[in-house]
Amino acid sequence: MAVFRDFRKEGIDRSARDRARHRQLVREAIRDNVGHVISEESIIGQSGDKKMKVPIKGLKEFRFIFGESAPGVGQGDGNSKPGQVIQRDPQGVRGLPGEPGSEPGEDIYETEITLEELVELLFEDLNLPEMERKRFHVLESERQVRPKGYRLKGIRPRLSKKKSLIEKIRREQSLARGGAPENEAEERVPFHERDLRYVHKVVRPKTFSNAVVLCIMDTSGSMDVTKKYLARSFYFLLHRFLKTRYQNVEVVFISHDTEAREVTEDEFFHKGESGGTMISSGYKKALRIIEERFNPDLWNIYAFHCSDGDNFPSDNEDAIRCARELARVCRLFGYGEIKPVHSPSWSSMLEMYKEIKQDNFVTVTIRSKEELWPAFQTFLKHDRSERALASNG
Amino acid sequence: MGDYTIAELEKWDERIRAVAEGFGLRPYPQEFEICDYKEMIGYEAYAGMPAHYPHWSFGKAYERRETLYQLGIVGLPYEMVINSNPALAYLLRDNSLLLQILTIAHVYGHNDFFRNNRSFSLTRPEYTLERFKAHADRVRSYTEDPSIGAEKVERILDAAHALQFQCRRARGVKKRSEEDQKRSALEKARPRQDPFQSIHARQEVRPPDLNRVPLEPEEDILLFLRDHNPYLETWERDLLTIVIERADYFLPQIETKIMNEGWASYWHYRILNALDLDPDLQFEFMIRHNQVLRPLKGGINPYHLGCRIFEDIFRRWETPSRQEQEEYGLPGGQGLEKIFLVREADRDESFLRQYLTEELVRDLDLFRHEKRGGERVISHVATPEDWTTVKETLLKSVGLGTVPVIRIVEVKTHGSHEMILRHEFDGRELDAEYAERTLRYIQRLWGRKVVLETRLAGERCQMSCDGKEGKVQISRL
Repeated sequence: MAVFRDFRKEGIDRSARDRARHRQLVREAIRDNVGHVISEESIIGQSGDKKMKVPIKGLKEFRFIFGESAPGVGQGDGNSKPGQVIQRDPQGVRGLPGEPGSEPGEDIYETEITLEELVELLFEDLNLPEMERKRFHVLESERQVRPKGYRLKGIRPRLSKKKSLIEKIRREQSLARGGAPENEAEERVPFHERDLRYVHKVVRPKTFSNAVVLCIMDTSGSMDVTKKYLARSFYFLLHRFLKTRYQNVEVVFISHDTEAREVTEDEFFHKGESGGTMISSGYKKALRIIEERFNPDLWNIYAFHCSDGDNFPSDNEDAIRCARELARVCRLFGYGEIKPVHSPSWSSMLEMYKEIKQDNFVTVTIRSKEELWPAFQTFLKHDRSERALASNG
Repeated sequence: MGDYTIAELEKWDERIRAVAEGFGLRPYPQEFEICDYKEMIGYEAYAGMPAHYPHWSFGKAYERRETLYQLGIVGLPYEMVINSNPALAYLLRDNSLLLQILTIAHVYGHNDFFRNNRSFSLTRPEYTLERFKAHADRVRSYTEDPSIGAEKVERILDAAHALQFQCRRARGVKKRSEEDQKRSALEKARPRQDPFQSIHARQEVRPPDLNRVPLEPEEDILLFLRDHNPYLETWERDLLTIVIERADYFLPQIETKIMNEGWASYWHYRILNALDLDPDLQFEFMIRHNQVLRPLKGGINPYHLGCRIFEDIFRRWETPSRQEQEEYGLPGGQGLEKIFLVREADRDESFLRQYLTEELVRDLDLFRHEKRGGERVISHVATPEDWTTVKETLLKSVGLGTVPVIRIVEVKTHGSHEMILRHEFDGRELDAEYAERTLRYIQRLWGRKVVLETRLAGERCQMSCDGKEGKVQISRL
């Protein structure tokens, strides 16, 4: 006869650990896919609690499987005819453009998270061990004198009448409790030197941290939509990241072809492209803006330049000179060369920039969305330490 | 607790077992465990095993199941049985008495199948639970070992899981030893007897390369990696062994899904009808039975398909029509004998190949569909000309037919130790993204460059992945 076992295993949750690990992996997957999401959002002026939908695919368990083109067998209701469509364009339900279509049975969750959470997610596990130890540069804006406790000695104007009186009463009371002679108790108890209390004041320097991000972008004819998309995502990350580290972050957009203009965000990303490229023009404009508005002693300046490296050869020397100058005034100056995989362009500024030896000048290459995050990490690793800034400044 | 007591269940179980054995079923001793839905989902995620090693994919399975259940997309399974001796099955506590009776009968069907089907003869069911427990203990010990840790264990398990079903198809045939392979290679190279030797030019004899690794294309990828990569640590090798053993255990179930479910459904139906249920129970039984055996529109319900074929076999051998009598020489009256023979000897592919007749394909309205543009379109239906195409497509998509055949063709023995794999193209191309990622897993376990020859978008090409993980290059051949 069969055995029946009916015991209740309350409180045993055997899959808890595996579920936790799975969730952790999903979280990491969101972080890795964040590149798709952030490029959809406007960089400035988004309130942090704006909700966004992030489609995340279930973590795939990769193995060898047949592709979508493989035929299959199904069962009909008795009236199946050749040519009948049983599943319409699955692309209609796809999550994101450029993603492989969702095959049947594939899990797509859609989570709703706020921009703030997204950024938090992005930076919380940021694998920048050096960053954690490095303090972000803080500037002393003004001195403020604030009261801090009382002292027995001090100058007359700082005499605290209230505190002194309390001290006097305290002394009176203790005298009374101590059983002083009665005739003395009726006497008026005068203030004594020891009763006086003076307000103590300390000087506290008020710090604030200002940062400005100079987004310099090449908008010449060769910078197409894909390249701008990559650039934009990078600027977004940079802006967002600095926002978590500084109290006040400003963004300046400079677009250049052969000459540079300061533009609004919208123009920066959406204006048509034309013309050749003189990188130095963008740098000169940036230098001028810094000189006019952002004193390097008061502002932490971050500059990042995105280009596809297609510069007029005659301009190279000038560009390098200006880049050196920029690296000198900026906390961090980066050059991102955007070379999508299918781009036919071969020219590059990377070789030229090898001459620049300043340690806060960084070059990165971005070929695809996947490389954004690593590029971003590389960039930030070179942020000047306090010491380096001191010696430079 | 539903509307029953354990004593009642015991009584019903006794009757069911008696009826089943009366029909000729020979199941293992049976044990039932009654559990709530959370435990049931938990068992489902871990393939029914009371002890199983940890891995995030099981956590995923759990979450997925639970979400689908909460959303009402899928119901809970009424039962789960695992292939062990004694067989262990789980019953859902909240089910009604009838569902428990139905489930118990169904369980005996599976149990009988596990015990008697030839595919399961090497699964050593006496040790199932202990083996999985031992696996779990070993994996945990590696996880807790300070010099190994969870992360490294996960890296290996991820890769091993990706390859677990890349194994030999011919399970019933003994794997040839290396000496055996050498002998046949020499055999093949030996010149054929030529009666006109004296007048013919001398035959050229090319000695076979006996140092080639592997001598013959190898399908057991994990096994090969385990035995031929000297740089794997002992614990890494052991993890591969664990995954291989686990896959070995589950393969027969994958290979007999349709038969197994069909057999259990066929028998729960016959057993319950033989029990003389009260009208109330009988009515609920009919409803539940039809829910389980409902055809799945646009897909295949293995319960339904399997059960229909067993019924058809029984009918043809028990009461063949005059035409069938003449055509196939079936005398009739052999129904039970025949289905028991089928249950013992076949697996899904051979089962469908032999017993899925034109009439059945037509009655079930099976069709073949394929992708055209962005849509899935029916390409063939059960017409006298096309039904074989439908059937052939189905044969390719049951059991291991859904796993592409990938063989290790050669390992360069000098220098690079590059491994060359070949996808045996059968008209179906690999999913490129999945292939790329899986190739990286092979590279992870092999440690040297790996190359996969396959076809993508109609062209022969090769994917290669060398030391740096994450970079897979695709080039045309």
